[in-house]
Parts: sequence; C-alpha cells; structure tokens
Amino acid sequence: MLFHKKTRVAALAALAVSVALVATGCAAGDSGSGGGEGEGDGGNLSITFLPKNLGNPYFDTSNAGGEEAIEEFGGTFAEVGPAEATPDGQVSYINTLTQQGVGAIAVSANDPKAICDALNEARDAGVKVVTFDSDTNADCRDLFVNQADSEGIAKVQVDLIAEQIGGAGEIAVLSASANATNQNAWIELMKEELAASHPDIELVEVVYGDDDDQTSFDKTAALLQTHPNLKGIVSPTTVGIAAAARYLQTSEYKGAVALTGLGTPNQMREYVEDGTVTAFALWNPADLGYLAAFASKALIEGDITGAEGDTFEAGKLGEYTVGADGVVLLGDPYVFDAENIGDFDF
Amino acid sequence: MSSITETTPAPASVRRYRDYDQPLWKRVLLTREMAIIALLVVVVIIATMTIRGFGQPITLTYLILDVTPILLIALPMTLIMITGEIDLSVASVVGLSSVVTGVLINGGVPFEIAAVVALLVGGIGGAINGFLVTVVGLPSLAVTIGTLALFRGLAVGLLGTTAVTDFPEFWTDLAKAKLGATSIPLAIIPFLVLLAIFAVLLHFTPFGRGIYAIGLSKETAAFSGVDVGRTKFILFVLAGLVSALAGIYYTLRFGSARGDNATGMELQVIAAVVLGGVSVFGGRGALHGVIAGVLLIGVLASALRLANVTSDVINIITGALLVISVVSSSLLAWLRTQRQTPAVKPSAESGAAG
Repeated sequence: MLFHKKTRVAALAALAVSVALVATGCAAGDSGSGGGEGEGDGGNLSITFLPKNLGNPYFDTSNAGGEEAIEEFGGTFAEVGPAEATPDGQVSYINTLTQQGVGAIAVSANDPKAICDALNEARDAGVKVVTFDSDTNADCRDLFVNQADSEGIAKVQVDLIAEQIGGAGEIAVLSASANATNQNAWIELMKEELAASHPDIELVEVVYGDDDDQTSFDKTAALLQTHPNLKGIVSPTTVGIAAAARYLQTSEYKGAVALTGLGTPNQMREYVEDGTVTAFALWNPADLGYLAAFASKALIEGDITGAEGDTFEAGKLGEYTVGADGVVLLGDPYVFDAENIGDFDF
Repeated sequence: MSSITETTPAPASVRRYRDYDQPLWKRVLLTREMAIIALLVVVVIIATMTIRGFGQPITLTYLILDVTPILLIALPMTLIMITGEIDLSVASVVGLSSVVTGVLINGGVPFEIAAVVALLVGGIGGAINGFLVTVVGLPSLAVTIGTLALFRGLAVGLLGTTAVTDFPEFWTDLAKAKLGATSIPLAIIPFLVLLAIFAVLLHFTPFGRGIYAIGLSKETAAFSGVDVGRTKFILFVLAGLVSALAGIYYTLRFGSARGDNATGMELQVIAAVVLGGVSVFGGRGALHGVIAGVLLIGVLASALRLANVTSDVINIITGALLVISVVSSSLLAWLRTQRQTPAVKPSAESGAAG
C-alpha cells in the first residue's frame, strides 16, 4: 500500500520534472537560434521588423519582402512583435531592441503617439527608425515608407472601373462609414478624376456599408435594385468589396455589373478566379517591406538622413526620393488580376 | 527501507500542533513565497550571465516601467483573492480611468482635476462591484465579468477609436523620470507607499486578520465578529481606486488615452498573484510572494525578449510556469501530509528499533 503510494509520488514528480524540462528546453532552443540573428557586427546592418502583431498574413508578406531585401545587401533580418496589436506591447519590444543595439527598427505603429517616446529613446541610442504601413507622429521616426497616397489610390480605382465598363455609364461607390476620413478623401478625389478624365461616367450614389459584412452585402443588393442601369461598383474598402463580390457572384448581375476597389488577394481570390471581379487594387506589402529594408540600410550607412530631397537605391524597385515630412512613397497601387493573384498570400 | 513504518499507532497522548512542528527557519524559508523569490533570484542570475544586454541598468528601468501597473493592481487583488473573491474588471477600470482623464483634458480641464475625477470613477466602479457582491450577494466572478465588459464598453464608447494625446509634459515626464542618478523610475515611489499601506493593512491589523478569516471560512469569520460584507466592500473599492491610479500612470507613460488601453491586463495580474502563492480558494497568501510573482513574470518576459524569443513562446513559458507552480504546491502539500502521518509513528518505533 505504502509502496504503491510512493510510485504515484514518483510518477507525479517525474511528470512535473519532464514538463519543466520541456519548457526550459523550448526556451533554450529558441534563445540559441534567435540570439545569433540579433548580433549583426559588420556595419550593424541588423534590421528588425516590428509589425503591429505577429501571425498576421499581411505583415508576414511585408516582412518576407524585408527579409529578401536584407539578404540581398547582406544584413541581418529579425522579426519580433506582440501577439496582440497593442501599443504597450510594441513599446516593450522597442525598449528591448534599444537594449540590443540593433541598427534599425522598421515598425508599423499601433498608435501614432504611444510608442513615440520609446522610439525617440531608441534614436537617441543610435538606432534608425523607419515606419511603414502605419505612421507615427513625424518627430518620432526618421522615415515613413508610405504604401500609397490618396491621389494614387483614387486614380487607380477610377482607371480600373473606366476600363471595365468601357468608359461610359452609371457607377456607384460602396464605402465604409460616412465619417471615415480616408474614405471620404478618396471619394472626393475620385469625383475630381472622373470629371477630369471620364466625363461620360456618372457617379449616381455613394452608400455606406460601415465596414460590416452583412450591411455591405445588403447595401449592394439595394444599389442594384434602385439603379437598374448601373454598370459598375467601386468599393474602396476591403470589407465592402468582398461583400459586394459575394452578392454579385450569386446574383443575375454577375458579369454584367463590374466591381473593383481595394481588396486583399485572399479575400478576393475566388471572385477573380470565377470572373465576378476582373481586377482590383491594393499595394504590394512585399514591396513595402522591401523598400522599408532598403530605406533602413540607407539610413544606417548614412547615405540619407531623412531630409526632403534625399535619394537612395532600393534594389529591384529602383531609386526613391524622400518627400516632405520624411515620407517615401512606394508608388502607384498594385493591380491584382487573374494573372498574378496566385503569387500572393495575404 | 520504509517497510518498518507499518507499525502500531502513536500513543494518544502525543499531540502535535502543525505550526510548531518545524523550527522557525523552516517555517520562514520553506514556503511557497520563498520558493518564488528563490526562483526569481535564479532567473535574474542566469539571465545576467547568459543574455547579452540583460545586465544593464536600463533593463531595470524598463522592467519597472512595464510592471508598475501590474504591481499596483496586484496589491488590492491579493487581498480580494485571499478572501476567496476575484475582481476581473480591474483592467477595464484602467481603460476607463485612462479615457476619463483623456476626455476631461480634451475638454480643457486641468490634469490634476481630471486625475482626481478618474480616481473617483475608479472608486465608484469598485463600489458597484462591491455592492453587487456584498449587498445583492452575487458571486464576484459573475459580477466582475459583467463589469469587465461594462467598464470597457463605457471606455470605448466615450472616446470611440480616437486617442487623446495632449497631456501636460510635466506629468508625462514625471511618469518616466528616474530617481536622481539611478536607473530606478520615480513611478516606484507611489507603489512603495501603497505597498507599505497594504502590507500593514493585511499583515498587521485586525482588518487583515479578518481577510484571512473570511478566506478560510466565511461563517466562522462572521461568528468571530468580522463584518464580512463591509470588509469585501472596502476591498473592491480599494481595487477600483488603485486600478484607476494605474490607469492614470498608464496614460501618462504612453502619453495616450485610448479605450482599449490595458486590455487583458487582469489576467496578467491574476496570474502573478496566483504564481506568488495566493490560493484561488482564499485563506492563504502573502504580499512578498505576490511582488516576487509579478517581478518573476516581468523578468522572464524581459529576458526572453532580449533573447529574441517570440511573444507566443513567452506566453507558453509563463503559462507552463504558472501551471507547474500550482501543481507543485499542491503536490508538496500532499507529500507533506503523506510524510507527516507516518513521521509521528516511527519516532516511537525507531527508538525501539535503534
């Protein structure tokens, strides 16, 4: 009886010890492989990407672009980030990178102000700071790599819809919420572009799906009923375009009403493959990461300081010029269609 | 070897009181709290020796800045959990007080007044919890899950997705300032003051004895003259007040008042309190263990981040540590009872054998 109890104790103890061993083994293994990455010695071209959060396909794509660029010029790539997209999580990582003394941080900010002090401490310690995708206040970073400007976003969508409906007819816009600043700016610019370049296209209505899948779906249905002559819909929001595509796919309007806007390849893949949508636009996150990496390199090597008019080479993307407020523009939005959508996973 | 323990029962005259079973040094050192403190020391030593960049003074600065809100909230949380209750709404109170401060500053109210109002809001939030738990008599788990959503909803509703970022520089600088030429942030001072107050309250006053008594047996405590309802109510109000203070600190440190500030922090606080040796069933725990628990989680996260370990793995390690610590403490307690029952018997037997 007593012996039996002792074996149970031993078994439990063994279990506890093995769990502990697994846990510590795990830690040791990771720190071993990770530690090597952080130690860039030659010229300190160690560049760390700090996305809004890890496990996000969009940032996986942009970080892969950054890694490709860093391999090209022989630096050290690392990627860290919080599990949740919170500013305080990012601050802990920025502090850690400051302690490690990396060459540059390429960060997509969860809050324009909250990570500012941490970034400025890093810069005081000699770390270069490049923001990409989502900017901080201009005084907290050396450069912002902007994925697209409003003019480019408005123009590419007008061009796409004009091409798809043959340059004439009624179109409508399915937006996010009525007070979304960026959406309204884009819609205003689209109106100007339509008036200037495509006078035969009439924008009959702007509806708001509130970036909610079901609302956007219902608004699409209502649009098509109220405007029987509608030839095209532009949805400059990823939620809206996917919901509208889902409605069109199963309706009589499939193929008859064109749809374009801003979307992500994973959401839009099936609609492009079955012909509901011909082409839509967004930027290429891989290029964004690639450019952020080259911008970091140019800052580390002192080729540029982030002042307006500075120019630097960015590998396969060519030469870039720093604009006002230290902003580098990636370029025109990227158009996804049946030809290239298979190359993207985000 | 221990087969000889199958013996006659001990004489009935041998009465032993468990507390005096062991010498003083054993009672002080062989405790759950000391085990966590020892583990903390071991982790700090190993990290300093093996991880590049850990042994710098700046590590201490960042560590304290990071864990101060958790340290603050852990104080009232320890007391609440010793009574056998729990408060899951603390992080939402942090968010709410942050937003209240921000909204008032936006409306042109001086920071000092905004902070006092935020503290009041935290106190009222705590009083709502306390009222529902003690007067209405609902379980604190259910009540504070409800107020977790309620306070967070209010916080997000007040500010929407915007953030207030214009705070007086004097105060934001103060939140990050260091003590003289040391690397210790000034934020440690309010914590130390509160620590002294809570330590005296819990360990050296009749009120504190009452807290333990409630955790061990509510009925016994009530019959012994402890006002159970009042004690719990006071503790929930304290938790609200201290969480609001943590919220003001959080706002100043990041210079940003947002509705989603400190989301999920309640779990970090509770994990640290449990790791520090407080029983979720109430009745046992001590503040020095809890402080060590908070620091242990903070030091581990800081060291692992410096070693380029990803956040998911850090979470796995912290979680595993928590499970192991809970399992091992019940295992040790069980082992002790197993050893103690026969331990009385062979003392008579071994005398006969040897």
